[in-house]
Amino acid sequence: MTEHVVAAIDGSSFSASVCDYAAWASRMLAAPLMFLHAVDNHPPTVEDPDLSGSLRLGARETLLNELAELDEKRARINREQGRLMLDEACRRAGDKGVSDARPRQRNGTLVDTLAEYESQTRLLVLGKRGENADQASGHLGSNLERVVRELRRPILMVPRTGFKTPENVMIAFDGSKTARKGVEMLAKSPLFQGVACHVVSVGADTAEHRMALAWAVDLLQQAGLHAEGTIRAGEVEATLHAFEADNNIDITVMGAYGHSRIRHFLVGSTTTSMLRNAHVPALILR
Amino acid sequence: MIESFKQTWLSNLKADVLSGIVVALALIPEAIAFSIIAGVDPKVGLYASFAICVIIAFAGGRSGMISAATGAMALLMVTLVKEHGLEYLLAATLLTGVLQILAGYLRLADLMRFVSRSVVTGFVNALAILIFMAQLPELTGVTWHVYAMTAAGLAIIYGFPYLPRVGTSIPSPLVCILVLTAVYLATGMDIRTVGDMGELPDSLPVFLWPDVPLDLETLRIIFPYSLMLAVVGLLESMMTATIVDDLTDTPSDKNRECKGQGIANLGAGLLGGMAGCAMIGQSVINVKSGGRQRTSTLVAGIGLLLLVVFLSDFVSLIPMAALVAVMIMVSVGTFSWESIRDLRKHPMSTNMVMLATVAVTVFTHNLALGVFVGVLLAAMNFANKVGNILYIGSHEVEAGRAREYQVVGQVFFASCERFGAAFDFKESVDEVTIDLSRAHFWDISAVQALDRVVIKFRREGTRVNLVGLNEASATIVDRYAIHNDAEAVEKLMG
Repeated sequence: MTEHVVAAIDGSSFSASVCDYAAWASRMLAAPLMFLHAVDNHPPTVEDPDLSGSLRLGARETLLNELAELDEKRARINREQGRLMLDEACRRAGDKGVSDARPRQRNGTLVDTLAEYESQTRLLVLGKRGENADQASGHLGSNLERVVRELRRPILMVPRTGFKTPENVMIAFDGSKTARKGVEMLAKSPLFQGVACHVVSVGADTAEHRMALAWAVDLLQQAGLHAEGTIRAGEVEATLHAFEADNNIDITVMGAYGHSRIRHFLVGSTTTSMLRNAHVPALILR
Repeated sequence: MIESFKQTWLSNLKADVLSGIVVALALIPEAIAFSIIAGVDPKVGLYASFAICVIIAFAGGRSGMISAATGAMALLMVTLVKEHGLEYLLAATLLTGVLQILAGYLRLADLMRFVSRSVVTGFVNALAILIFMAQLPELTGVTWHVYAMTAAGLAIIYGFPYLPRVGTSIPSPLVCILVLTAVYLATGMDIRTVGDMGELPDSLPVFLWPDVPLDLETLRIIFPYSLMLAVVGLLESMMTATIVDDLTDTPSDKNRECKGQGIANLGAGLLGGMAGCAMIGQSVINVKSGGRQRTSTLVAGIGLLLLVVFLSDFVSLIPMAALVAVMIMVSVGTFSWESIRDLRKHPMSTNMVMLATVAVTVFTHNLALGVFVGVLLAAMNFANKVGNILYIGSHEVEAGRAREYQVVGQVFFASCERFGAAFDFKESVDEVTIDLSRAHFWDISAVQALDRVVIKFRREGTRVNLVGLNEASATIVDRYAIHNDAEAVEKLMG
């Protein structure tokens, strides 16, 4: 099965940058581009409920018809809107030099739809928040975390700021198994060909750390990438953000959720926190 | 984890809480009425409804479905309560819970696919009729006051929702109860009230172990009841889950629901409540009121307990006539009226299944028996229809010497007699060829029928050649996997 760059779009203000980054990734990876729009016709919230609590003659059949009618209307509008968005996305990708983008529309929630397409996905491009999310807060959209947890594919999370051709990439590296696997994956991928890769390790400047870092840099250089390593001391998140600002980083690369769900529930997760405060696109590797 | 918690509990919070309260209010009269059907204090049904509702909110497999003390279950307990008392009912409830959990682990919910549409309709109709019939004792041998009150109650229930604004914001059954209670208090007429039917709870339920001897004798008494309760409870729960699945267009985990029902009944038994299951009417009300997530079920359970404990003095004053009106509404709302209209459209065999289910249930007061008969009839109908798909033709290959028979279609227990009768043993020929390559032998009956045919021909001195027997009998093996394999289906249905 062909593996696509899959870009999830909806009516949010993120869709334009999702579109641009997806087109870029599609060109770099030489993988076909697919725009995916999930039509969710069953929003969890119910409007205008009937609280009469009475059961009239044939209440069950009437209710089924009413609910079906409501969904039907909503679904038609959603689908039509989705088509327009997909057309627009394909046109935009065409301008960026990807002419054969495939639009796909599926019924269902975003998470389920993406899971369904997982086997055809090489890289998933996703906005930081969806159209229904509260724009004012630093929140991640309600879907992103679930998508990141559920999908075993690399995910490029894109903020609202416009597209800039990536020149500097920061790879957050902590020597863990996930991080090593991520570096190996990057070394094999053509995505960052011709881009400066900064492998950054946060922690004390010990021999052990330096060795791990050197391994990562070596591997990337062998693959023909411009890579250099840096070790910085300090608190993980703040240090990474500072490095990002100092070096004009265009994309951050990190491993996803190194810890168990229980630990995450109790102490929170660096991944979520990093994503929440990200101003540049983040590539999340599993 | 937080995300999935949000998804399952908080995504529809406002509507869930509102509908939960509506359901709690609608549950009170039903729980009381069903306790009275079972012959126990209203307390037993109310505690059961609370416990089941709250536990199923966490343990159930179908979000937004309401489970509590139900009529279907109450009807099965009547003789147990009459002959052995409440403590045995509690013990039976616990055993029901255990059996249902077992059913969940054995994945018996998957058996629901053998329960046809007509059987489900019959079940629902029979349930409605039984609930209605259970109200009759309250309406016989009473003064005209009761009839007047019941009629007024029905008028309020069906008329109130048409009022502008207030009509759709306050549950009309509740208005019915409030108004009728007020009328009763104002006039002081001599009619029966809930207080006359038994003790109402004035405290929170407490944990208690049923006071029965733990021996084989007890098991012998309660097991038949528990088994029936478990079966009926799961049947109604699975049917209700399917209805809610359809209404909300979302999937559910039926086997988890089985286990959940079991856990809920264990909880109910330990808190002094009777066994219950999912409620079709209340679940419809919940969906209609906007309830979708587990929160609605939880709010309904807790709301019910709070209302009952703090309003027990008021609840005892509710005239039975008001409850009867509410239960008639439930019965009318449960009954599938379109099934009567469809009687003319549907084939006779389907109607027979539905009507037999209703008749057996109403006659025995046991929904499990009704469903059993319905499923059996439906299976026989099906076997009969498929058995008709069999054609046996023949032609002479060589005049007076050889004949070839062609068997096309399904040979199994229901059609093997026709198969055996299709051959002409009187014809005197040297050789007979039976081409089975387009036939399917589904069971041992079919193989034996073929054996008999071969032997009969041999006794007439005729040689028999069988062609394509291997292909034809490939369907005998139990696991003949042809799912989704177009080529295999093509070959099979050739």
